[in-house]
Amino acid sequence: MKLIFEKSVSGRGCSILPPCDVESASLPYGLERQNPPALPEMSETDVSRHYSELCRQVHGVNCGFYPLGSCTMKYNPRIDEELAALPGFTDVHPLTPAEDAAGCMEVLALAKRYLCEISGMADMTFQPAAGAHGEFTGVLLIKQYHDARGDKARTKIIVPDSAHGTNPATAAMCGYQVVNIPSAPDGCVDLDALQKVLGPDTAGLMLTNPNTVGLFDRNILEITRMVHEAGGLCYYDGANLNAVMGIVRPGDMGFDCIHMNLHKTFATPHGGGGPGAGAVGCKEFLRAYLPQSSLMQEPGHLQVRAFCGNFLVVVKALAYLMMLGAEGVPQAAENAVLNANYLMQRIKGTFRPAFDRICMHEFVLDLSEFKKQTGVSALDVAKSLIDYGMHPPTMYFPLIVHEALMLEPTETEGKQTLDDAAEVFRSLYALAHSDPERMHKAPHNTPIGRPDEVRAARNPIVRYVPA
Amino acid sequence: MEYPKELHYTRSHEWLKQDGEQAVVGISDYAQNSLGDLVFVNLPQEGDTVTAGEPFGDVESVKAVSDLISPVSGIVCAVNEELLDAPENLNSDPYGAWIIKVESVTATEELLGAEDYQRLCEEEE
Repeated sequence: MKLIFEKSVSGRGCSILPPCDVESASLPYGLERQNPPALPEMSETDVSRHYSELCRQVHGVNCGFYPLGSCTMKYNPRIDEELAALPGFTDVHPLTPAEDAAGCMEVLALAKRYLCEISGMADMTFQPAAGAHGEFTGVLLIKQYHDARGDKARTKIIVPDSAHGTNPATAAMCGYQVVNIPSAPDGCVDLDALQKVLGPDTAGLMLTNPNTVGLFDRNILEITRMVHEAGGLCYYDGANLNAVMGIVRPGDMGFDCIHMNLHKTFATPHGGGGPGAGAVGCKEFLRAYLPQSSLMQEPGHLQVRAFCGNFLVVVKALAYLMMLGAEGVPQAAENAVLNANYLMQRIKGTFRPAFDRICMHEFVLDLSEFKKQTGVSALDVAKSLIDYGMHPPTMYFPLIVHEALMLEPTETEGKQTLDDAAEVFRSLYALAHSDPERMHKAPHNTPIGRPDEVRAARNPIVRYVPA
Repeated sequence: MEYPKELHYTRSHEWLKQDGEQAVVGISDYAQNSLGDLVFVNLPQEGDTVTAGEPFGDVESVKAVSDLISPVSGIVCAVNEELLDAPENLNSDPYGAWIIKVESVTATEELLGAEDYQRLCEEEE
């Protein structure tokens, strides 16, 4: 397929911009560019066809099954998009006085109330733009708490190796030393290993529960108790909240602060490059350190982002919560867990689950034995799935499982989709034994086969240069 | 898979060679093979302090980013900066492509000889 630049024809165009109705202004001297930018020149028809062609080359949750583990690629109800598109929400200026935007204020207040209830937190900010930004904000709350008490000795954040990859990055960005602890053979936190690293230098622990292998840590109360006893705080990464929302509250597990990915768990499409929202909740004693928000009475707090963050994402989250209601939220979580267990059981007997116990919303297959027998890798299986109209699962993650494939079907898939997917896995298992060569070369039915990922990573070309 | 006899190994798959006063550190053949094609390395600077058992940099493959764990405590006296432009050297020549050299060594991780290390890798396989 040609790039849009290659389709450009000099002199062509389409007048989609309205005429300018404000006074024109010029940039300060020296900032004006010498030559016009090399933008593609195309008719509206050609632009439309170009993007439709691009669209046909990708696979989204609207095209088919998308079990990308730990990403929660669930179907997002259209009604939430429609509500977020109401002019009362889209046409409000961020500097509008609060009393003239009462509807928007009510959305923020109500979303905060519901999400605090779900997370077991006392207060919340919607400023952070996405998950990693939320983590950063949450860990800054922990830092502020220790600093305000004059406790400067707490320099370390503990991160189990089953954590999300962003957790150690967040701790490091906040100026902490990251202490990694290995998980026990059951994939959960090793209490002895945790005890060994806890001490007067512990600022906190970052944990995802259920963790990245899809298991609920049964020792969670003991874990948070141990961290608190050492004087540290507990941070909950809400990446996997989809499995437990409305069923168990991170606040009741002993966590002090949390971020939730509104753009994955609560009805904003995920993985499209944004916008997202990483709402950060905290217990009462951390409230003083939250960023400034229009819902606060008192000024003087710092901000982590302009205005209210990505407000329309909060609108979608609220619409979703109100649509599901108090009964629907836990039901969604239950179905997510049921679907994952159903699919795992249907695949069992061919590919081997890494942990043979009831999983939460996702599970990990361990293909290391399979690879030894057939020479077919997790990558080959992932690529082969594409030929069957399925998005590949997450590969080679978490790192504690070799040749890992991580599947998360989510609650929005029906039994037929799961049965079909299980059949595909079973036939690929057989194919690996009869014709491994075919799988090494998969996918066969796509416009592009296997891109050269190594060359793309080593020498990325990110700018169009005319021939 | 190669396990040169004259080297010492860590359980996290780095190798160490004693070269006079200096400790030369790299990653093993087994490590580069399980990581796959490396596309990026993150290295310390000369003069940095490294601590035995703690990360001193990382390597990134198409699959994942992995920490490089220092087998010794000491001061970095040389960094193989060629790797920044050619991380693939770690794949093609894991025992030739050293990563850092450390001097003023004060502590050393528990190290394995070639035979014990080979046994460890075969168990992990």
